[in-house]
Amino acid sequence: MGVLARLAARLGRTREAIGDGISGLFRGGREIDAALFNELEELLWTSDLGPIAGELCEELKRLHRRGELKGEEDVRSHLRKELSARLDESAEDPPQPSAGPLIVLIVGVNGSGKTTSIAKLAHRFTEQGKRVLLGAADTFRAAAADQLEVWAERNGADIVRSHKDGADPASVAFDAAKRGQEDGADIVLVDTAGRLHTQRNLLEELEKVRRVLGKAVDGAPHETWLVLDATNGQNAVQQAKEFTSAVEVSGLVLAKLDGTARGGAVFGIRDALSLPVRYVGTGESLGDLDLFDPGAFIDAIVPEGSGEGPRA
Amino acid sequence: MFESLTERLTSSFAGLRGRKELTAENVEEGLREVRQALLEADVHFRVAKDLVEKVRERALGDERIKGVDASEQFVHAFHQELVELMGPEDARIQFASKPPTVILVAGLQGAGKTTTCAKLAKLLKEKHQKRPLLVAADVKRPAAIEQLRVMGERVGVPVHSVEGAAPPLVCTSGVHRAKEEGHDVVILDTAGRLHVAEELMREVGGLAREVKPDAQVLVVDAMTGQDAVQSAESFHSELELTGLILTKLDGDARGGAAVSLKAVTGCPVLFVGTGEKVEDLEPFHPDRMAGRILGMGDVVGLVEKASQEIDEREAQDTYEKMVMGTFTLEDMLAQLRMMRRLGPMKKVLGMMPGIGGMAKDLDIDDKHMNRLEALFTSMTPAERLQPGLLDMSRRRRIARGSGQEVGAVNELLKRFKDMKKLMKQMGKMGMGAKLGAKAKRDALKGMSATGELAGDAGGAGGLGSMLGGGGLGSMLGGGGDMGGMPVPPGGANPFEGNRPMGSSSTRKRPAKRKKKPKRSRKGRKR
Repeated sequence: MGVLARLAARLGRTREAIGDGISGLFRGGREIDAALFNELEELLWTSDLGPIAGELCEELKRLHRRGELKGEEDVRSHLRKELSARLDESAEDPPQPSAGPLIVLIVGVNGSGKTTSIAKLAHRFTEQGKRVLLGAADTFRAAAADQLEVWAERNGADIVRSHKDGADPASVAFDAAKRGQEDGADIVLVDTAGRLHTQRNLLEELEKVRRVLGKAVDGAPHETWLVLDATNGQNAVQQAKEFTSAVEVSGLVLAKLDGTARGGAVFGIRDALSLPVRYVGTGESLGDLDLFDPGAFIDAIVPEGSGEGPRA
Repeated sequence: MFESLTERLTSSFAGLRGRKELTAENVEEGLREVRQALLEADVHFRVAKDLVEKVRERALGDERIKGVDASEQFVHAFHQELVELMGPEDARIQFASKPPTVILVAGLQGAGKTTTCAKLAKLLKEKHQKRPLLVAADVKRPAAIEQLRVMGERVGVPVHSVEGAAPPLVCTSGVHRAKEEGHDVVILDTAGRLHVAEELMREVGGLAREVKPDAQVLVVDAMTGQDAVQSAESFHSELELTGLILTKLDGDARGGAAVSLKAVTGCPVLFVGTGEKVEDLEPFHPDRMAGRILGMGDVVGLVEKASQEIDEREAQDTYEKMVMGTFTLEDMLAQLRMMRRLGPMKKVLGMMPGIGGMAKDLDIDDKHMNRLEALFTSMTPAERLQPGLLDMSRRRRIARGSGQEVGAVNELLKRFKDMKKLMKQMGKMGMGAKLGAKAKRDALKGMSATGELAGDAGGAGGLGSMLGGGGLGSMLGGGGDMGGMPVPPGGANPFEGNRPMGSSSTRKRPAKRKKKPKRSRKGRKR
């Protein structure tokens, strides 16, 4: 078998296991039994729903015992209902403050996709006709500011950066906010260095960046977004908790949702912190960033049924 | 890294504790908890299922140990399964018989490839006496080449790049340059790619066929969830991986990916990334990892680290003084400094049995240690040698000198007294004269039922005495932030005022004390 065919076959399996999982379970007119519940459990756990997977399964078993579940459509619709109840609202772009630029602080663990997400956000906002300024406050990772500068150029956005290694991130952030205000920018996106949420001192550094932004511009940062890697498992919940307690995260950007990962950890985050998902990253190009759509997100975990039995 | 799993298992075993036999029922209880814990630790669903089946067989199988608690036997069974699953122990990069050894490093975006390449180059250079060349084959991400160049500079390894060239050309010319300049290892840093991006996957596959690397390594984020299995499978079929590197293990990710990846690819985890600094890359040890899972802490790692950092003669001196009762504040300071050489307290404590899980919740910051040290250094040498000199006026002076309250000085002196009292008692007990059946069982309980690890318990005990367990416990006890910490089951609680860390082993197994660090040092050379 050629590489391509092998890949196609494997991807087919993946899709079957995840996307069409429920239909797969019921193909051939199976009854609702223990084996089926096991497969259902697998479907939910492998979507990174975490403990919520266990809860949902218990709930379904209970309903089945009470005779409230008859077949595929019942299971499907009940699951979708449960999931939507946990992740209801659609996202919108944030409103502009009454005066001055909207200042957004972007935070996250190493490699979660902050810089790329900022590039995509900048693209989105410039397309909307807004003036965007980027603040390169990741002064730790080698060449991070260079990377952001390339993105700024490609987007026609301005950038405030320091040319010296290991500069104080708070002072870069301060300059960016001030420049944004003076130059009449609409949005200032402040990039920060990736840091693990267990590093207390680095979270404190971030807290300082936040404080200093408030000194530069009243009410800043107006938004603080945590960029999560959709392939992360249950640790994402821990990340959200720690970053929120340090810098009052106001929304999530779910990056890397274009693979096979389903990002189910956001359910746990929603449960624990009521943090809304704002945007999802869905590909490699600048345009691949969408407002979060809970319906589509849930479709990827439990697809909507056709109402006519198993789908092909 | 696996703390939460540890906590979970600990509580599920509490139910089994005290019962003599494993039965189908009480095993089920434990298994349910284990399965849930594995899943919450991001072990893939199927892998968790298989593992639970194997543990059930083993726990109920023939290898029943008579007279051992059901919980201990369960831990034993689980430990062995995990070790076997994550093994073998001595996985390493195979160097080519004819240099240079070409290592291709691949992975998803953001896994940590570039940082890992630099760390790997440093490790090979310093621990294996190689002359590596880094090759910047990520021509896609803006400034990736620049990042590698800076990292290369930081670790003192040259970086090869070709402006505007495609990855295959960059790599082949890199290998060529290595041959000319006498580099015996070439590390290819490839662009991050998504496993479902067919074109990019074909590209890296093609690159591998053209360059024919000796090792093909996948870098995986330890925080990865269930998807680890799918991406690893894809990379494996495209690249024929020879090993894995797990990054960002210094967070609190439960790291179930470590278990899944091995199960799915059959490739060993070669190294783990444990910090932001370029030296934070360590060999992977399945038994230690399993040990962490089971709440035994990374005892071997601690002993190894200790043997690197602690002067043996110094440790022996301290130990003798403790036993002889001639221990002074001067010795206590030496001990504190010795301990601090092991690294940040949090990291050290995370390696201790039964504490790993708590370390993350504790605020044992190194500031507390700084304050302690300031107290000592505000004393005169005479005062440190003769603590009896310390009257109120001297204490006030020390408090002022160290910028603290007199209470802090008093607290320190109380700890010191407690330590001395304890050492006296230890001396009286003849250090292990009463080693009996119960002691052996306790040793088993502390560490696992496997013989080899029970042996390591001796190592831990040895370390305890080297460090002066009482000292560590007392010093930390002085922090005042640790009230109400749960006592780790089967292990000494270092946060109880004056109970020494590893005291049970210290008392009962003195013979192991001196041997263990040596053994682990031998192990390090492998």
